Amino acid sequence: MEIILDIIMIPAVLACIKIAVIILLFAMPLGTVLTLMERKWSSMIQDRVGPNRANIGAFTGHGALHLAADGLKSIFKEDTIPKGANGFLYLIAPFFGLIAAVATFAIIPIAGPIGDFTFQVTDINPGLLFIFAITSLNVYGAVLAGTSSNSKFALLGGTRASAQMISYEVFMGLALMGIFMVYGSTRVSSIVDGQNEYWFGNLIPMWGIFTQPLGFILFFTALVAETKRAPFDAPEGESEIVAGYFLEYSGMRWSAFMLAEYVSLVGVAALMTTLFFGGYHVPWLHLWESAPQWLVTVLQIIKFSFVTLIFCWFQIQLRWTVPKFRFDQTMGLGWKKLLPLSLVNIIVTAFVILTLA
Amino acid sequence: MSEEIKANNMNADQEYGELTALLKKEFPKAVLGFHAHRADETVVIKRDSLESVCRFLRDDRRCTFEIMTDLTAVDGLEMDMTPRFEVVYHFKSLTHARRVRLKVPLDEDDCKLASIHHLWKAADWYERECFDMFGIIFEGHPNLKRILMYEEFEGHPLRKDYPIDKQQPLMELKEIEERHTYGRHP
Amino acid sequence: MTDMSALQSRMDTNASGEDFSASVMSIEIGPAHPAMHGIVRLTTQLDGELIVGMEPEIGYLHRGFEKESENSKWIQVIPYTDRLNYVSPLLCNIGYSMAVEKLYGIEAPRRAEFTRVIMGEISRITDHLTCLGAAAMEVGAFTFFLWFIKAREYLWELVEEMTGARLTTNWTRFGGNSMDLPEGFLSDLADRISKLEEIMEECDKLLTRNKIFIDRVKDVGGISKEDALSFGFTGPMLRACGIPYDVRRADSYSVYDELDFEIPVGSTGDCFDRFLVRMEEIRQSASIIKQAADKMPEGPFMTDERMLQYPDKKDVYGNIEGLIDHFKLVMEGHQPPAGEIYMPTEGGNGEIGFYLVSDGSGDPVRVRMRPPCFNYVEAMPLMTVGHYVADIVPIFGSINMIGGELDR
Repeated sequence: MEIILDIIMIPAVLACIKIAVIILLFAMPLGTVLTLMERKWSSMIQDRVGPNRANIGAFTGHGALHLAADGLKSIFKEDTIPKGANGFLYLIAPFFGLIAAVATFAIIPIAGPIGDFTFQVTDINPGLLFIFAITSLNVYGAVLAGTSSNSKFALLGGTRASAQMISYEVFMGLALMGIFMVYGSTRVSSIVDGQNEYWFGNLIPMWGIFTQPLGFILFFTALVAETKRAPFDAPEGESEIVAGYFLEYSGMRWSAFMLAEYVSLVGVAALMTTLFFGGYHVPWLHLWESAPQWLVTVLQIIKFSFVTLIFCWFQIQLRWTVPKFRFDQTMGLGWKKLLPLSLVNIIVTAFVILTLA
Repeated sequence: MSEEIKANNMNADQEYGELTALLKKEFPKAVLGFHAHRADETVVIKRDSLESVCRFLRDDRRCTFEIMTDLTAVDGLEMDMTPRFEVVYHFKSLTHARRVRLKVPLDEDDCKLASIHHLWKAADWYERECFDMFGIIFEGHPNLKRILMYEEFEGHPLRKDYPIDKQQPLMELKEIEERHTYGRHP
Repeated sequence: MTDMSALQSRMDTNASGEDFSASVMSIEIGPAHPAMHGIVRLTTQLDGELIVGMEPEIGYLHRGFEKESENSKWIQVIPYTDRLNYVSPLLCNIGYSMAVEKLYGIEAPRRAEFTRVIMGEISRITDHLTCLGAAAMEVGAFTFFLWFIKAREYLWELVEEMTGARLTTNWTRFGGNSMDLPEGFLSDLADRISKLEEIMEECDKLLTRNKIFIDRVKDVGGISKEDALSFGFTGPMLRACGIPYDVRRADSYSVYDELDFEIPVGSTGDCFDRFLVRMEEIRQSASIIKQAADKMPEGPFMTDERMLQYPDKKDVYGNIEGLIDHFKLVMEGHQPPAGEIYMPTEGGNGEIGFYLVSDGSGDPVRVRMRPPCFNYVEAMPLMTVGHYVADIVPIFGSINMIGGELDR
């Protein structure tokens, strides 16, 4: 027993366990469940019933079995490679997106530390810069899939995806500058702790949304565009370029793209929670000083998951409410509106900080 | 049939006669016949003067037929019509709120007619369809090829002597690039 | 917008025979493509995302409607007309029957005409609902589409109540309709129309002032008045260009002159104008339906002229005239007098014209249907060149191409 505990407490092993727990118990299940949630929620919006057919005997689980059915279907589907495709690049392309989507969770704390143990895979110093690096990697998935499939529609989708994602990385970074300035660090744990302070006595928590309201809107827009979700899904453009860069994929590789989309949906929600809604900190909980440690941790996890779910829901709602941007309008929005606004945000933030100091 | 005038169907609507009279005055040699069966004013004209009549119908202030509503043909084989084909044009004037039908008789041996695609753009595809279905050649058409049928189709399906109980021959599969000549009309 | 002069110069060099194969990519949109309702192929040439050339190819759904009609009896053509425009089959039914009535020189009884107006306007609404819904779905407003489909479902239930089928209606006859109004139809109608108006209001709030939607459709696919006329545009497409031409008013067939309605017109003829015109037409049609339901006269729903409708069974078995009429109608068919007519009616997306030639026998010599969307597809290159590839979707959606009607 002692030995096992010792092995577990070796940092590398511990990190592996955390990765496994976060990915297998948080990101992936949530990503999968979200596909069902999206279908169910959209059916509610659109006055229809939604998935309810897959069943074992009389048990349908309100459509939950569709998840299993879909999974089985994609596993057993033939993995086609189109004629003239670049085989190796074509085969590895789906996993860039998935890796990048999952890697986001590495730096997100889901609860406060207990002693030396942190509920976070790693709390590296660069912090959010790591996120930017990882999302850049995401571009390769789309571009490689687009160029290697030997399809004109996929090529169009790939070029659109690369242009859009590279552009929106710029605004994503600029939109977060305000947060870095307010909390004085790029380290995630510092930003989260910074949001646990209060204005006017104990009245208003210093959450990112209150210190950086414009930054919040800009960053959220940029993140949604970065994950190519509606209304910024011109790279997929299901009505004009059919499915864009992953048009030729089938079976599990296609599922990898879809899973990446939903995992990054959760990733976006988790990032928004961490950076703008106090992370795992439950507001005003510090007033209850005698709270037992376990209860605090449980409450923190609940609060974090709750806000994350709300953001997931918001993205789904967004997708089924608004029409799509055309590709040039997406780029126009970025370069003509988000860029000047984020620069203004930086200047105003700097000015306010200097004045207050 | 083209010559028949049913007095009881003229409806005493003088305007219908007016346009026919106008055409007869302007193109005395071109008008072969006319009727107004069920108040549809119809003028039968000679093939050679089709373009000038159409231009007159479009441009003259007394006519101004802005819309070319329809172009088709009638194969009169079973009705023993001579000549066999009639190309039928329908025009609509918004200014004067009236319609007119032009008919051009065509011999079977000489199924040729001037194209009017430069007068109404709609004529472009209508003429292609008419060529496809009846085999009537529109001279001067920039892109006279089949439109509803495939290029290898044999015969013209709306002719009355098209054998409806026979099959078309099979054709070989072509590569996509060969099938198409891209680009705009010259 | 794009730099049109640069585009023009590029196209000019292209026409002069220079090889632009490196910069121009040709892409086949269709025949199997999510945005091509029905089956049509657009061979598109792209310079990046910009469309520099397009050639539509049609005929994939050609079923030989005209040839089949010429080899049938007059009455046997009615079921074929259901299949012409499969989102508003009743309008084609009515158009064809009115054309044959014109050939006979008769008119249907007033009750039949009012019923036709109601059913025709229901069909027009379903046509517009499908068109707008599909076009909106393709620019991403999926919810809007399903809400409209819900509204269309209400109306199709009415059609089913009246004709017994949702799509293959086969409802009109020469000189009347095959059935009278079913019991309780008018109260159902009022109920459904009020539901429709509710949904219309909801959808209006959701989409009409949505900035993203307006950006997608405004100034996209516009066409000038002159070009629209020259291409033979009719219906909502022409009205969106600002020309108030509506066959219901211009030729005032049936009982439309007794009903009060407005003809909505647009100004620029772009996709947004077409959208607004169709939205307004749905409201106008709803008002026409209400008026026609109020004015619905009593009386026969079928003409009592001999040799137009099948005699009652008791006459067939009971007296010699009935028996002979029935025999002649079955064996020889309806025999309209010799002559030729062109009967224009206002269809869902333009003027549906039937050109019929009869030689006095039971077999039609020529049954020609003027398909309204034929001209729209012809004008696709004009409307799309200079726009982006994503604009094909709203443009093609707004012309409301119906494969059955286009290829016949």
